[in-house]
Amino acid sequence: MYVIVVGGGKVGYYLTKELLAAGHELVLLEKDGRRARQIADEVGSIVLQRDGCEGKHLEEAGAKRAAIVAAVTGDDEDNLVVCQMAKHHFDVPRTIARVNNPQNESLFRHLGVDDIISPTRMALAAIEQDIPVHELLHLAQLPGGRLELIEARITEDSPAAGRRAADLSLPEACSLFAIIRDGNAQVIRSDTSLQVGDTVLAISRTESETQLHDALIGAADGADAD
Amino acid sequence: MRAFIAGCGRTGAGLAEQLARAGHEVTIIDTNSEAFNRLDHGFPGRALRADVTDEDQLRRAGAQGVDLFFALTEGDNRNILAAQSATESLGIERVVAKVNDPVRAEAYRALGIATLCRTRILADALATWSGLPHDPGAEGVAPATGHHREHADMTADASLTVGGR
Repeated sequence: MYVIVVGGGKVGYYLTKELLAAGHELVLLEKDGRRARQIADEVGSIVLQRDGCEGKHLEEAGAKRAAIVAAVTGDDEDNLVVCQMAKHHFDVPRTIARVNNPQNESLFRHLGVDDIISPTRMALAAIEQDIPVHELLHLAQLPGGRLELIEARITEDSPAAGRRAADLSLPEACSLFAIIRDGNAQVIRSDTSLQVGDTVLAISRTESETQLHDALIGAADGADAD
Repeated sequence: MRAFIAGCGRTGAGLAEQLARAGHEVTIIDTNSEAFNRLDHGFPGRALRADVTDEDQLRRAGAQGVDLFFALTEGDNRNILAAQSATESLGIERVVAKVNDPVRAEAYRALGIATLCRTRILADALATWSGLPHDPGAEGVAPATGHHREHADMTADASLTVGGR
């Protein structure tokens, strides 16, 4: 599979090494001359000193036959432009962008980027799993990157406490599928009512998380700020 | 009208003053507050330090609901990201991005962004002055020629305009 990697920072460098080790054909675009030479010394002549945001450089790199373009520079705006140029000018089937500001995730998907890598969100998810706050916990990101597995605890303040699962007003792209009560997991049916102390497992689109939070835990009273 | 300008360079500052003098309500942002020295002392609009690529900061600076949005920073890609965020997330209708690379400017017109390409306009002005024929594509703001909605899943995207967190 032919892959174009844009950005030769730490992520791009290690990504390139791993992909080469796995036997893929690839080229790395890095616009800084010194950095490009440095990486070329390590991995060989697959490094081009080019700005991947420029259409003609992507073309030289063979974007027309690339199966994947992965934009992993440290700047969200550059990664967006690389992916959009790849997608719309060269019909690259799959584009991947590194996104640092989590708020850009839904915008980038909306604008046609196929996959998002979010180091910020990954770190956040790892931290949240260790903190038993009354918030949504991110258990896992499902393949494709749009859906997440989420856990929420029902407390006395929760608007969902004492109500049937079927009666909750949940965001559309969201589904509750199990509860853990007294240490036992059980499937949620439409007549299951949620009780204080239950842990609810849900699948949700990343963008619908706020609404899911409001429905299960309660509106956030500015709690997002801390 | 309410206008929002990102980038307080000579162009941004000059435009801010013109719009303000004409009685419009102007907000101008820049990541470097020293850039605001370019504005007149009596500038009646708002000048705020904010990053145009950060949607939270745009909202806080009051970009939502403005009539005109200008992305005029020195970074083509920053302007492109900001313009798409203004259009798609903030729902602003009249948005212009300065994109100095002519290839990218043309590409993003096709993706639905009105662009201003300084390079093409200047080159054309100088070529015309030298006696060459005028490039008809090099006049002011080039309107969008396409729209990238074809990639959007409209129903699922309601959350974008609502904002979320």
